[in-house]
Amino acid sequence: MQTPTYQAMELAAELRLPTNGLDYTILAIYFAVVLGIGFAARRSVKTSLDFFLSGRSLPAWITGLAFISANLAATEILGMAANSAQYGAYTVHWYWIGAIPAMVFLGLVMMPFYYGSKVRSVPEMLLLRFDKWAHLLSSILFAFAAILIAGVNLYALAIVVEALLGWPQWVAIVVAGAFVLAYITLGGLSSAIYNEVLQFFVILAALIPIVVLGLKKVGGWGGLTDKLTATHGANFTTAWGGTGIGSSNPLGANWLTIVLGLGFVLSFGYWTTNFAEVQRALSAKNLSAGQRTPLIAAYPKIFIVFLVMIPGLVAAALVPKFGTPASGYQYNDAIPYLMQELLPNGVLGIAVTGLLAAFMAGMAANVSSFNTVFTNDIWGRYVVKGREDGYYVRFGRLITVIGVCASVGTAFLASSFSNIMSYLQTLFSFFNVPMFVVFIVGMFWKRASARSGFWGLLAGTVAAMVNYFVIYKRGIIDIPSDQGANFVSAIVGFVAGAVVMVVVSLFTRPKPAEELQGLVYGTTSPSMSEPPAAGDDAWYRRPALLGWGAVVLAAACYIPFSF
Amino acid sequence: MSEYSGYSEKDVQREVTELQSQSATAARIFDLRRIIGGLFVLYGVIVTIAGITDGQAAIDKAQGVNINLWTGLGMLLLGIFFLVWLRLRPTPPPVPPEGDGRAE
Repeated sequence: MQTPTYQAMELAAELRLPTNGLDYTILAIYFAVVLGIGFAARRSVKTSLDFFLSGRSLPAWITGLAFISANLAATEILGMAANSAQYGAYTVHWYWIGAIPAMVFLGLVMMPFYYGSKVRSVPEMLLLRFDKWAHLLSSILFAFAAILIAGVNLYALAIVVEALLGWPQWVAIVVAGAFVLAYITLGGLSSAIYNEVLQFFVILAALIPIVVLGLKKVGGWGGLTDKLTATHGANFTTAWGGTGIGSSNPLGANWLTIVLGLGFVLSFGYWTTNFAEVQRALSAKNLSAGQRTPLIAAYPKIFIVFLVMIPGLVAAALVPKFGTPASGYQYNDAIPYLMQELLPNGVLGIAVTGLLAAFMAGMAANVSSFNTVFTNDIWGRYVVKGREDGYYVRFGRLITVIGVCASVGTAFLASSFSNIMSYLQTLFSFFNVPMFVVFIVGMFWKRASARSGFWGLLAGTVAAMVNYFVIYKRGIIDIPSDQGANFVSAIVGFVAGAVVMVVVSLFTRPKPAEELQGLVYGTTSPSMSEPPAAGDDAWYRRPALLGWGAVVLAAACYIPFSF
Repeated sequence: MSEYSGYSEKDVQREVTELQSQSATAARIFDLRRIIGGLFVLYGVIVTIAGITDGQAAIDKAQGVNINLWTGLGMLLLGIFFLVWLRLRPTPPPVPPEGDGRAE
């Protein structure tokens, strides 16, 4: 998950929502539909390709919305609102510079290689480009990270549900875990993706009333900026104010670390190599749909920031010193607070449903990518090889059950050791960056040898972690905040990984050119040049147009926030 | 034996193409638009009715806006949009599987 450094997800005690039977009916209908989708999708699962990759046959609008929805977990929604309450309009950076360029890069540059090579996972791409050591390392790290993040989502769900609805934590963990287990075991990736698309619309229906009513309460956008400028200073509602190099701001980052650290390294690392996302693009029905998946997703990504940022700003405007101990609220309470204050029964039920849906989205995306990597990349390639396809489908279902149980266990562990959880999450966020380095160097430099993948991955990950946990945490170099240290560590990881790759490549043999076809920029594989399907050359289906359109739109959105 | 895995892109292409010809998703997956449309029409009706029957207290809480009514109508429109889209562009019939012997 690309969220700011993990904040323990406690909520203030008096946020219990006044839910009634109507709200619970709305919630129950949603759970019934989710389960129904799982059962219905089961009919379409015949091969392992169906279970893990939806048979590579989904239309672009579905994969595109699933792509954005998999990222729209509740930890992201609540966390970004908390971010806005704390840092103000800086939140837009995570969306406009911290996502759009990377998503467009994935769609325009990398998808032809991902989709054209027909790999079934991101680690499998490393197997083809480098060797089995890079493959094994990345698969194992990804599998751990996916289960951990699923568990963190589950734990966060339990805390929020306990605060808002009064359910005991273990009940929420077990019930939510059981639902996700059921629908993914039944229908595989198709079930996960279909539910993600549904969740997207429910989440919109949940957030829009909050934004509308919140703005009404503070007197519109003008009233909001006036109130916030009075209490937090004029920079609070600007995107770049106070980010000159050397000037201090609450984020602890200047424009350079924002652009390079967040905008380039961290964001490209997440969006281009995180298999929970890329999997959605790989399940598309042809290359054009695969390319358009992240591009279609970029448009809602540009606008969703308003739906999560405005509640945070409104909370900061309504409650003096919101988020500090003096106010009685934590930053994470922003959206729950507004739900309690503004929503009558009815839309309250929709909002609760949307929140729970968002939690399940985060968990399910990670579980569905975990079972794919574990079955295909670890089990099927190194442990039990050469069995018939049906075996791997059965194993995939089994490992889904085991994986969900492991995330449930992780969730219970997180309830005892929330500090460890935050360390582990930060740790795994540093894994995305070296993956990105390894991919980029491998894709643009033919000379990158097979061994360099493993060493680059290892070096970059270790360097980023050393920079964060040793150099920053021990105060050897002074960086104003956790967030800023995150950005710097990402840059360090990037540079270290690249340097090590170059050095190792110069001392080892390169791969022969015929094994690099379709894996390196400038080469093609047969399916990269498949003729477009009927209707795919319509103007609104041109990847270049969609991609550059998104970039221009995101840049344009900065303008009102830059003066 | 070279230090490489011995597993090349051609192997991936072959395996996946084979699986794709046997895959059932394209043929058998149901159309999601029907579900989204149905759910939001249902939600729209429920919440609109809640909006119509809301007391003044609920409207005051929502800053004087009958938010249930508006949200309900919005969801109803969304649901109808999906069902209309489904009607105008129905699910294309599944492409028959490729013939045998299609290995690359």
